[in-house]
Amino acid sequence: MTDLLSKFDPLIQERETLLATGIKDPFSLVMEEVKSPTVAVCNGKETILLGTYNYMGMTFDDDVREAGLTALKDFGSGTTGSRVLNGTYSPHRDCEEALKEFYNMDHAMVFSTGYQANLGIISTLAGKGDYVILDIDSHASIYDGCAMGNAEVVAFRHNDVEALEKRLKRLPAEAGKLVVLEGVYSMLGDVAPLKEMIRVCKENGAMTLVDEAHSMGFIGDNGRGVSEAAGVIDDVDFIIGTFSKSVGTVGGFCVSNHPKFEIMRLVCRPYVFTASLPPSVMATASTSIRKLMHSGNKRAHLWENSKKLHKGLRGLGFKLGTPEAQSAIIAVIMPDLERGALMWQALLAEGLYVNLARPPATPANMTLLRCSLCAEHTSEQVDQILGMFEAAGKAVGAI
Amino acid sequence: MASREEIMTKVEALIGPFNNKGVELKDATTFAGDLEWDSLTVMDFVAAVEDEFDIIITMNMQAEIETVGQLADAVAKLMDN
Repeated sequence: MTDLLSKFDPLIQERETLLATGIKDPFSLVMEEVKSPTVAVCNGKETILLGTYNYMGMTFDDDVREAGLTALKDFGSGTTGSRVLNGTYSPHRDCEEALKEFYNMDHAMVFSTGYQANLGIISTLAGKGDYVILDIDSHASIYDGCAMGNAEVVAFRHNDVEALEKRLKRLPAEAGKLVVLEGVYSMLGDVAPLKEMIRVCKENGAMTLVDEAHSMGFIGDNGRGVSEAAGVIDDVDFIIGTFSKSVGTVGGFCVSNHPKFEIMRLVCRPYVFTASLPPSVMATASTSIRKLMHSGNKRAHLWENSKKLHKGLRGLGFKLGTPEAQSAIIAVIMPDLERGALMWQALLAEGLYVNLARPPATPANMTLLRCSLCAEHTSEQVDQILGMFEAAGKAVGAI
Repeated sequence: MASREEIMTKVEALIGPFNNKGVELKDATTFAGDLEWDSLTVMDFVAAVEDEFDIIITMNMQAEIETVGQLADAVAKLMDN
């Protein structure tokens, strides 16, 4: 018998080697207690959270929690069914209404996760014979959506407008084309040049999808994302997003002004063949989304935090993923996995949690300590965070 | 239209800057095994080939191409279309 798990032997070996050096497993952290959007207890120690994508800190918002509790009482713990059968309750419809208000768009479709939103929309839109043109650094859910849809996949160099344009021009004029872009790329926290990219797509007859997972609630005057900030949101055919970042719960969605969009509910398999989200999750999401529409001050504070952390880390001598703060993600580039894991552990010992990101999730085989800021981090916490980075960086010889 | 031989010559020239180990190139030379390219190098190289011949090599096609010879064949076929 061939052991089907033997293909993972190299990874098992790599992990064992790393853990044998005495490094704590960075991928099995448990939060024993969560005190707020920015503080949890890990290994019995109070820890500042700087790697949760909880950008707007909505997880502990009083109105959000209250709405969830009420829906839990009124509608029960779950729907036990598909959206197209018994799984659409009024909170699901209301959540889609909240999204339409938030984006000022005609249609909204809620999925059980953001991953499933990309998987479903991309695989359903782009089938056999169509082309998906994507940025090489696209999220796994985008690649998986391509694989599921059997479309021809064309990749272009990260954020390279000219490379995108060249490839669009080489494709058959009559073929169906979907260009998939992200507003903020989550590994380095850099922003896409959407103004130029969307223009190039339009000029070459391609439909466009922008994943705004890491920008919703924060970037753009109304928090609609990078496409809003770039002034091209009306030219984007489909926007994908998630509830598991700024919105502060779980779920995914697609919004669109396309007049035929509603048919997607019947033909999109990751929408049809799975249970819908619990009504309490829908109630927390819609309450959070509506509050995010009026969160200009929080957005401003989050920008301050992000800029302050970026400047401080640069000043300490860390190598960062972007030359300036472009989003709420600040990526610290580590020389290799071992030193990355050591630094991660030293930070945790100081009382700071960040994400350790490693290949294949990262571009260019980089090991990253990825920091995501929250609008609820105080300016003093950012000072504390910088102090922890300095101490840990010196302890492991990273600076 | 370019002959298979002309295509091969151009492909070899494009491999040059990425051939850090100075591997001798034959039809059967593999990109992952012999040249030891990682995904990033592959992407840069594919982009160079695409620009040289003004073609698109989709990721679906790339998955089928393992050797230098297979690449030359694929380029010839794409230029034919």
